[in-house]
Amino acid sequence: MAKELWKGNEAIAEAAIRAGCDCFFGYPITPQNEIPEYMSLHMPQHGKVFVQAESEVAAINMVYGAAAAGKRAMTSSSSPGISLKQEGISYIAGAELPAVIINMSRGGPGLGTIQASQADYFQSTRGGGNGDYRTMVLAPQSIQEAVDLVQDAFDLADKYRNPVLILADGMIGQMMEPIEWKQRPSVELPPKDWAATGRHGREKNNFVTSLRIDAPDCELHNVHIQSKYDRMAEEELRYETIGCDGQEPEIILASYGTTARICWSAINRLERKYGIKAGLFRPITLFPFPYDQLHQIASRPGVKAVISVEMSQGQMVDDVKLAVNGAAPVHFFGRAGGSIPTVDEVADFAASVVKGGAGK
Amino acid sequence: MKPVYVKSKGLQDTELHYCPGCSHGIVHKLIAETLEELNIIDTSVLICPVGCGVFAGNYLACDAVEAAHGRAPAVATGIKRTCPDQPVFTYQGDGDLASIGIAEIVHAAMRGEKFTTIFINNGIYGMTGGQMAPTTLIGQKATTAPLGRQKELHGEPIRMCEMLSSLGGLVYAERVCVADVPHIIKAKRAIKKAFTKQLNNEGFTFVEVLAACPTNWAMTTRKANEWVLGPMAEYYPLGVIKEV
Repeated sequence: MAKELWKGNEAIAEAAIRAGCDCFFGYPITPQNEIPEYMSLHMPQHGKVFVQAESEVAAINMVYGAAAAGKRAMTSSSSPGISLKQEGISYIAGAELPAVIINMSRGGPGLGTIQASQADYFQSTRGGGNGDYRTMVLAPQSIQEAVDLVQDAFDLADKYRNPVLILADGMIGQMMEPIEWKQRPSVELPPKDWAATGRHGREKNNFVTSLRIDAPDCELHNVHIQSKYDRMAEEELRYETIGCDGQEPEIILASYGTTARICWSAINRLERKYGIKAGLFRPITLFPFPYDQLHQIASRPGVKAVISVEMSQGQMVDDVKLAVNGAAPVHFFGRAGGSIPTVDEVADFAASVVKGGAGK
Repeated sequence: MKPVYVKSKGLQDTELHYCPGCSHGIVHKLIAETLEELNIIDTSVLICPVGCGVFAGNYLACDAVEAAHGRAPAVATGIKRTCPDQPVFTYQGDGDLASIGIAEIVHAAMRGEKFTTIFINNGIYGMTGGQMAPTTLIGQKATTAPLGRQKELHGEPIRMCEMLSSLGGLVYAERVCVADVPHIIKAKRAIKKAFTKQLNNEGFTFVEVLAACPTNWAMTTRKANEWVLGPMAEYYPLGVIKEV
């Protein structure tokens, strides 16, 4: 199929429609506004539901309701709005409902800035709301990957009956790139026989709830949902490496999303400017995180250090340290609050680490 | 022998956890009878609140979804918009609906969402142990208003029926109580009318039930029902507040 030029936010919205999204519940916040705008026009044209909610809190609870009724439901927002959705995301995880949530993240804390940021890594990968739960987190680095991941997200949410978060940033949402709409294989998914759709002759009523009032029952439920996360770690890990195989890199840049693209260029700059061979490890699933895969690369002879490169003050670096686990020194380079690291900044920092100038 | 009274098929065969003298059981019964009489037990979806009604999905026989505190109207919106042929109703207390969920109920009414809300107003937080609600009467004591509600400090109680009736999407609002048999019969009529209007796709329908909470009011059942018919009904007038 021919390539088409799409804006990130609009492409993500269209991808959701193509993935069979039944309903979208949104609320305005920059830099994700083109998603609800696109949905408001196109969902009704497909006979699907669009509602502009009164708040992010209401939007995620509309998602909860539609998901409880067995529908493919989605919402999108940006960082401060995603914070407001955490209540609902916790309930969705607790009630074991599938849902897709887009975070076009921006700089914080608080109102922060509308510029791109990766400061929501902790919130995204550690559950975000109350209780022992996780969302599956997918981090695209391009519009094409965002489009592919959004479509996968609906299947993954249904497969695990768990919320799936697309963690992108304002850069991915606002830029335009050529993309290809791929033919997607149909995936066999479990029936939604738990949904509150009306009994229609069913012997017992379905009661979708996150309430487990008896502590032993609640513990069993926690153990059960944890087992789903273990299964995700076995079956759903996604990552990409560049310059790691057969090229004996001295240094590994670990980076996701927008900063991973900056790291591509930084790898070339390191080679040309400093004669340093660098590799890139790019996790695509941030939860589950590809710990073992990064550990193996960091353990190779010749690797002098691993640097986590982020648009934050150092969040994914915690997972990088857990992954590397002493196999090599781990350093951090980041810009925060909506500032984007330049290729030279990343390359110069990496070179200083190789030369032993930067503290661990 | 012909039975003169049987339990509604709209109720599950289980014990309720409600305190003696609490109005929830009566309202559950009226909803159950309504679902049965309109033949919608098999198609309806109930949205439960946080509060004493949190277990309602274990008592009523239709499918149910438990919402976060105050969010039932948003959850109901998500269901009704995607399943427009299904009867959908929320069951919410006054802390849930009139305090933490005020935005959700106002905007569901504004949009004219085609579901029904049964609003249980007992002027107190029941489940958490008798704290002050937005509906607590002036002078009424609560565990967070030990000297009684004061106008200067807490403001005047909120009248939800009247407030929501200013919104075009609301087609029916009636305030009822279940403090004695004649009022129970009227309450049943109101609940059935609300569901009927929903089935006719008319718009948002709202029934407020003045309810007794003898436990948290520290009253006997008889005194509690006198309180409903006296000071409560005086501040919250019974009857149809709006019908389009």
